[in-house]
Amino acid sequence: MAEVLVLVDHVEGEVKKSTFELLTAARSLGEPSAVVVGAPGTAQKLSAALAANGAEKIYVAETDRTDFLTPQVDVLAALVGSASPTAVLVSASADGKEIAGRLAVRTGSAWLNDVIGVAGGDGVSATHSVFGGAFIAEAKSNTEHPVITLRPGAVDVEATAGAGTEQQVEVPAASGRGATVQSTEPIVGGDRPELTEASVVVSGGRGVGSADDFAVVEGLADALGAAVGASRAAVDSGYYPHQFQVGQTGKTVSPQLYIALGISGAIQHRAGMQTSKTIIAVNKDAEAPIFEIADFGVVGDLFQVAPQLKEEVAKRKG
Amino acid sequence: MNIVVLVKQVPDTYSERKLDASDGRLDRDATDAVLDEINERAVEAALQIKEANGGSEVTVVTMGPDRATEAIRKALSMGADKAVHLTDGALAGSDAVSTAKALAKVIGTVDGFDLVLAGNEASDGRGGATPAMVADLLGVPALTHAREITVDGSSVTVRRETDDGVTVLTAELPAVVSVGEKINEPRYPSFKGIMAAKKKPVTTLSLADAGIDAGEVGSAGALSSVTSAQPKPPKSAGEKVIDEGDGGQKIAAFLVSQKLI
Repeated sequence: MAEVLVLVDHVEGEVKKSTFELLTAARSLGEPSAVVVGAPGTAQKLSAALAANGAEKIYVAETDRTDFLTPQVDVLAALVGSASPTAVLVSASADGKEIAGRLAVRTGSAWLNDVIGVAGGDGVSATHSVFGGAFIAEAKSNTEHPVITLRPGAVDVEATAGAGTEQQVEVPAASGRGATVQSTEPIVGGDRPELTEASVVVSGGRGVGSADDFAVVEGLADALGAAVGASRAAVDSGYYPHQFQVGQTGKTVSPQLYIALGISGAIQHRAGMQTSKTIIAVNKDAEAPIFEIADFGVVGDLFQVAPQLKEEVAKRKG
Repeated sequence: MNIVVLVKQVPDTYSERKLDASDGRLDRDATDAVLDEINERAVEAALQIKEANGGSEVTVVTMGPDRATEAIRKALSMGADKAVHLTDGALAGSDAVSTAKALAKVIGTVDGFDLVLAGNEASDGRGGATPAMVADLLGVPALTHAREITVDGSSVTVRRETDDGVTVLTAELPAVVSVGEKINEPRYPSFKGIMAAKKKPVTTLSLADAGIDAGEVGSAGALSSVTSAQPKPPKSAGEKVIDEGDGGQKIAAFLVSQKLI
């Protein structure tokens, strides 16, 4: 069976969950081969987890190069040439999209970006969720070895052990025309779950009224172990930082439970959350469009309803 | 300093966007078109670098149908000096790879560029990699998702900010830099700027003018094709109650009935 290359996303000696999702997706297209690009000594910390999640082969490409993302592109391009994979799978993170796009340009491959599923058979095809889930589109590759980025969280991990046979790969020298990394700082996320990965999200809108009053949104979120989101109106009014914006120009979330507090539900916002499994809305305005997509809506003052709900949740937790 | 800014006309994100049922592509006629907000930030960044480096020139580059001239006019009225517009019927249906190839060719027609600026991710396609793809084709470094840009003589330093963290990147010019949402607040065009923009030169190029093979772009050169596109059935409204002092308890009861708490 033909190989499917999977670029391993790793941080501080650990494989990211999105990589296991890639390995699961890869099995529907062929034999997963994990590709580890990193500083010398990186692969030995990762190989057991990769094998346990289905990597038949592990390409080890270790290098001291400090040019940004270019070693990954160089290594994958060389492997596309030598291994003729069915496809190359990369996580649809900021870095992953950039690596994948550059690779597709170099190898003349179709680029199927930010997909939520892949399928083999007669060529490789992929499913896209467009405009925050308002449309579902299927696309097929017209080239060999398409480069595919998979949206994190779209595929459930099914761990099946693979052989995990390691193979060393020579990393070409830097061309000198890359960007060099001067320093890096990881983002300190705090105690709340990451917005796009959380199973519960509590969001506040313009109705919250001020940055200080966002404490009500945070309080309910913490009682539920939820991530906090904000509508564009709330972010533009300076109530909450931009990185928490849910909507067409912010993050797209699809949690089990989404609670919208004081959010009217403009298209701008709905596009970022309408694929949530269950939607609860609290708004003073009975005509607010958010109620059109809410499974349960309360017309009322969020400053009355949210604290009461928080209390009820706390009671049930005992 | 010779600065190129890539801009794009996109559907307004405040209007409802649709996919064309016949070919699965974005139905661009169904919505209002505007200069993408992130592009305005790229233009602003270019103008700030121009103002700090005497003798600089800012060239706007775009590809798209005739109505993309509105996006060009906006950028020129903000203060860009001139524009190049690649427009050709054969470009319709271009995918990300062929778009990057075409843009790289057009940038190549701008004499001796030092810096190419672009938005990090357009609000329509949300590919998020076009600047890096263009850089790879031009053989220059890509410094993406910039929160801050510092140009110092022959080098550029960028504070790159993504969901995964902050990375400080540096490279020799020429280079491609993409800007993020937080880089700046774009200026409003002044009346004087709007009047002056009408006299600024806009060069219109066809594929042949730019030396692009028509077989490599548009539907003809597409490396992938959409086989189906369907709107998801809209979610229907559930129960709606008026708060009578027990709204929070009612939500809790609903969540319990759904086994969510």
